[in-house]
Amino acid sequence: MSKTIKLCKGLDIQLQGAAEKKTTVLPLASTYAVSPLDFQGVTPKMLVKVGDAVKAGTPLFFNKNNASVLFTSPVSGTVAAVVRGEKRRILAVEIAADSTIAYEEFATLDVKSATRDQIVELLLKSGLWTLLVQRPYGIIANPADMPKSIFVSAFDSAPLAPDYGYTLAEDKEALQKGFEVLGRLTDGKVHLSYNAEAAAPEFAGVELHAFKGKHPAGNVGVQIHHIDPINKGEKVWTVGYADVAILGRLFLTGKVDMTRTIAVTGSQVAAPAYVKVVAGAKLDSILAGNLVENAHARYISGNALTGRNVGAEGYLGYYANQLTVIPEGDDYEFMGWAMPRFNKFSVSRAYFSWLFPNRKYNLDTNTNGEERAFVVTGLYEKYLPMDIYPMHLLKAIMAGDLDKMEALGIYEVVEEDFALCEFVDPSKIDMQQVIRNGINLMIKEGE
Amino acid sequence: MKALRKLVDNLKPTFTRGGKLGFLASTFGAFETFLFVPNHTTKSGAHIRDCNDMKRTMIVVVLALLPAMLFGCYNTGLQVNLEGWTAFFYGLVRFLPMLATSYIVGLAIEFVAAQLRGHEVNEGFLVSGFIIPLVMPVSTPLWMVAMGTAFAVIFGKEVFGGTGMNVFNPAVLARAFVFFAYTPQMSGETVWYSTWKMFGATDATTGATALEQLATNGSMQWSALDAFLGFIPGSFGETSTLAILIGAAILLFTGIASWKTMVSVFAGGAVMAYFFSLLGCFEFPAYYHLLVGGFAFGAVFMATDPVTSAQTSTGKYIVGFLTGAIAILIRQVNPAYPEGMMLSILFMNALAPLVDYFVVEANIRRRANRVKTVK
Repeated sequence: MSKTIKLCKGLDIQLQGAAEKKTTVLPLASTYAVSPLDFQGVTPKMLVKVGDAVKAGTPLFFNKNNASVLFTSPVSGTVAAVVRGEKRRILAVEIAADSTIAYEEFATLDVKSATRDQIVELLLKSGLWTLLVQRPYGIIANPADMPKSIFVSAFDSAPLAPDYGYTLAEDKEALQKGFEVLGRLTDGKVHLSYNAEAAAPEFAGVELHAFKGKHPAGNVGVQIHHIDPINKGEKVWTVGYADVAILGRLFLTGKVDMTRTIAVTGSQVAAPAYVKVVAGAKLDSILAGNLVENAHARYISGNALTGRNVGAEGYLGYYANQLTVIPEGDDYEFMGWAMPRFNKFSVSRAYFSWLFPNRKYNLDTNTNGEERAFVVTGLYEKYLPMDIYPMHLLKAIMAGDLDKMEALGIYEVVEEDFALCEFVDPSKIDMQQVIRNGINLMIKEGE
Repeated sequence: MKALRKLVDNLKPTFTRGGKLGFLASTFGAFETFLFVPNHTTKSGAHIRDCNDMKRTMIVVVLALLPAMLFGCYNTGLQVNLEGWTAFFYGLVRFLPMLATSYIVGLAIEFVAAQLRGHEVNEGFLVSGFIIPLVMPVSTPLWMVAMGTAFAVIFGKEVFGGTGMNVFNPAVLARAFVFFAYTPQMSGETVWYSTWKMFGATDATTGATALEQLATNGSMQWSALDAFLGFIPGSFGETSTLAILIGAAILLFTGIASWKTMVSVFAGGAVMAYFFSLLGCFEFPAYYHLLVGGFAFGAVFMATDPVTSAQTSTGKYIVGFLTGAIAILIRQVNPAYPEGMMLSILFMNALAPLVDYFVVEANIRRRANRVKTVK
């Protein structure tokens, strides 16, 4: 048992609408979608056309930049539409689902006796390779690489995040199988970090690390930084905890089973609780009848800090274990900056949140001010528990200075690590976008 | 509020780029966002945001300046032999024209600059414009305040790209400009006292400031308590250490100014003053240096400017300490001018990026060395 790693920096934002520990198994939705927007650095090339019949596990498109990486359907049915945006960019592949799921049958492999190549091939063919994410850069792993090690975070510390101890309680066998698979993919260790305040998970073949602290203690990037930081030229992989179970299921049953128990959260949800759904489900199948009246809301696949705005007509994302619905804030506030604002949250004592440490807030999507240049200093460091100077890194990215970006730690971060800095920023700079721009620049220049 | 919002909404198309008065978009935007927090929602990244913004940050600093400003007004009347409310109103009547001059000149330049660049108007000058009259001697002519402000805003800030990009603190720059450009008018004893005859004010018994007396005689005519409370001649806002400390408490409690810088400046000043006192350079207690002149005001309100001070935590300790130490060094070894705080802050503004550079380089080396220790 390794010692607990304590993080002093961070912030737990207390929001209304935490999910009650009660799971409803939802019937299949009428439509599902796989969106290339859920994956970084992927240029999709279609493999099916509208009207084609598909099964769960049938490839829908592949990545033009790395043709072996397939993206497969989560359900069976017919391809209903290929939604395109500006410049004919593919935004989503919609599938009208059958009433029961028919699965592509993949040969089950014995993880222990199979070769690494066989395992990689099965993962690629089934489309579940996409669950392996590479650091640096937070992009889908390259099948040609051998990662230094693989990191999994067993808890999510984001606002209203699901409790994996609860959602994956019945998936122990699949998780164990998944960790065996991960163990075969690296010649290094498989690191599993858990919340020091919860019971330690018990799996063979993993090295356990306990983390204690506020959000972002559950971010795998923060954990990597404290366990075995990434240096130039090194590659590690990360996998979501619930995704390990999905990998395990493939090796246990030979099926692509993208069923997840997700937390439906946020102040605009009438009865926040857990539901069991298949990834990519249309939101109305999850939220129908469970929104507050006259909800003028933002629908987020993921959590309120890092999720994707999918809209009321949208779909649950590929990796999402959480759905958040919060009020839109597109209204004017008279002299708001001079008001006491008792119902809004601020880490600064310029407002009065410090008087109510246990209060839960109903925050909306208003930026609460206009964008400005960087002015305050010393604030961002408090919300990034890494030995990195956030403002200097952001400025290096804005200036397009590749050497500085590299020297200041671009290899160690992805967007989610800057989500709290972005939240507290009085200059209202969209830092997560800046970080992604920097990463994209690094990838482009590295080619 | 609805009627006001409606009025703003009706006017908005005229002032939007492409509208009839579209060239005034920045100006209109500044007034609109003053009245109403805009309906902007998050487009990318975190969907929720902290409710603190630049407007609130700056207004809290102005709030923290109020005790020093109110006491400064009272003391101005006191120095010309007035008492009570009369003294306060006398001071207020002297102060407000200077404040108005600073705001009108400074904001006019800010608006024009924002307009030319097509940017929003920044809030930074709300603070700079309030500090400028507070650091001017009581009888500074308004045209000098205007010249100092204009120089500070144009050459201290706008040429670098506006708030957040400036190298030097604009308020210190305004004070320095006035001091060096109009030295004959700005030195001597009379400048520290108001000469306006109203509310029954009589001629002050003019004399050197506490700082000058300490420099020339090695003692001052006031007690340390008087100096701490602020019953001494000087610039508007700098005399009362107590009022400044109340402001400091507001800044530190709200977390808007860095305690690291503030404490380090006082520490640097104290260490340097004690050092000179050990050398026998002066007879009076070393802590006098922290009570008189612009030391406390500079430490609390000017050295802590996040843009022009160091931006790294380690840098803040270093820059803060040196700011305090160099201020006392200048006071002791420069015979021409008894005050050192203004020059010390400017000097450390210039050096802060260098200090940050070394702190960040250390971080980069740490990261590079990781590879060696692993292998």
